[in-house]
Amino acid sequence: MNQTIELFVNGIQYRRSVEPRLLLCDFLRYDLGLTGTHVGCEHGVCGACTVLLDREAVRSCLLFAVQTNGREIATVEGLGDGPQQMHALQHGFWEMHGLQCGYCTPGILMSLVPFLEENPDPSEEEIRELLSGNICRCTGYQKIVEAVQLGARLLWEESN
Amino acid sequence: MKPAAFDYHAPRTLEETLDLLAAYGEDAKPLAGGQSLVPTMNFRLAQPQALVDLNGIDELFFIREGERGLHCGGMTRQRAVERSGLARKAAPLLHETMPHIAHAQIRNRGTIGGSLAHADPAAELPAVAVALDASMYVRSVTDARWLPARDFYVGLFATAMEPGELLVEVAFPRPRPRSGWAFEEVARQHGNYAMCGAAAVVELSEKGAIEKARLVFLSVGEGPVAADQAAAMLVGERPTATVLRAAAEEAATKEIDPVGDIHAGPAYRRHLARVIGERVLTRATARANEAALM
Ligand SMILES: Cc1cc2nc3c(=O)[nH]c(=O)nc-3n(C[C@H](O)[C@H](O)[C@H](O)COP(=O)(O)OP(=O)(O)OC[C@H]3O[C@@H](n4cnc5c(N)ncnc54)[C@H](O)[C@@H]3O)c2cc1C
Ligand code: FES
Ligand code: FES
Repeated sequence: MNQTIELFVNGIQYRRSVEPRLLLCDFLRYDLGLTGTHVGCEHGVCGACTVLLDREAVRSCLLFAVQTNGREIATVEGLGDGPQQMHALQHGFWEMHGLQCGYCTPGILMSLVPFLEENPDPSEEEIRELLSGNICRCTGYQKIVEAVQLGARLLWEESN
Repeated sequence: MKPAAFDYHAPRTLEETLDLLAAYGEDAKPLAGGQSLVPTMNFRLAQPQALVDLNGIDELFFIREGERGLHCGGMTRQRAVERSGLARKAAPLLHETMPHIAHAQIRNRGTIGGSLAHADPAAELPAVAVALDASMYVRSVTDARWLPARDFYVGLFATAMEPGELLVEVAFPRPRPRSGWAFEEVARQHGNYAMCGAAAVVELSEKGAIEKARLVFLSVGEGPVAADQAAAMLVGERPTATVLRAAAEEAATKEIDPVGDIHAGPAYRRHLARVIGERVLTRATARANEAALM
């Protein structure tokens, strides 16, 4: 039986009727057309579907949309305002070649937002530990680490 | 794939939850963090008729000191324990183990109760619960009981809970004087399920001999494996390197029953058990010595 949910995604309020078995990732992609959230494995392993639920990074393939009634979701679409106004983290990835095909990138960016809020100046080891939750088949990770380091510096400069 | 259809219930109180679980019996599953349950539903390995979502039950989210030590509500997020200063002080072994469980993004949702109830033989928390002699508070509509962690685990992905029962709370006893603890594991990648891991607790007498020891393995049997013979060998002994190594050897050769998978064969897991067993006993003893000096 369908249930009506009301939630905020990137600050915009939505009201939709959903089947309980609808995964949050599919709700975002198919019902809201927010296809920036990618789906790789559907069992929590790859990290491509990572979004923020009330400002914490979570797997949207392991949450049902009904569970987000009344909650706040943030997806990669909410980060920067297009190529001219990228978020500092996106700028870091662009500058340092932190992506190739880009499939893993939205999940990595969304994982990084709360991580850098909690720890604005992470060591390389801490960055690699965080990245262990996101699989990238292209870059070999080295460039991602450098992108995170630059992104963190840019974020820091912005806020100071 | 996508999960099969199910009835969804989001109760707000424990009473309501227990009523729902009683009404559905075997056909309902409690939904905690969903980090183990939803993957199996996505692959249709599980197709419960109903999910009873525990995420809206405020009374299941807590970390506090109580009669039995550190008490955690069943829905306490793994991440909350990791960030808890109280947990670090009152249950340091539990606290030290948290970062080994999956990744931060998984621990943000995954719960203490969900991991303990799921009883995955490769999970860290069941082994830690057994090593610490934790106790589980289990409730149903008609019954409420405390179970020692040892009696809670009864086999592969199996616990002593009956359909209709819920793991409401778990309590981890405070560290005893002159005691030390350690956890270690080996995984292919940080955050992956470990190929082998072990938790140890060592308690010394005033004269510096071992009074009590616990050595519990994960990923080498059907559930958490307590190496009781190895622990018994240690009691009364001075904790020399030779004695600790012999105990780990005993555990790794006689007390575990590892099976192979694509990550590691039985022989390699046995080797890991020997090495990790010795390391955790050594570190736990060093910490017990430090505690004895304080
Ligand atoms: C990519 C990935 C990596 C992971 N790596 C690890 C790891 O290295 N180590 C590890 O230990 N775990 C790991 N996990 C699993 C994770 O820790 C889960 O959070 C945990 O196993 C289950 O907790 P949950 O709260 O998500 O429970 P759920 O998935 O919601 O539930 C699990 C089972 O327990 C039942 N249940 C839940 N709560 C209760 C309760 N209070 N009373 C009775 N029954 C209950 C459910 O009905 C279900 O059958 C990993 C998961 C993923 C997706
Ligand atoms: S699609 Fe969610 S973690 Fe891979
Ligand atoms: S850039 Fe292709 S998967 Fe990471």
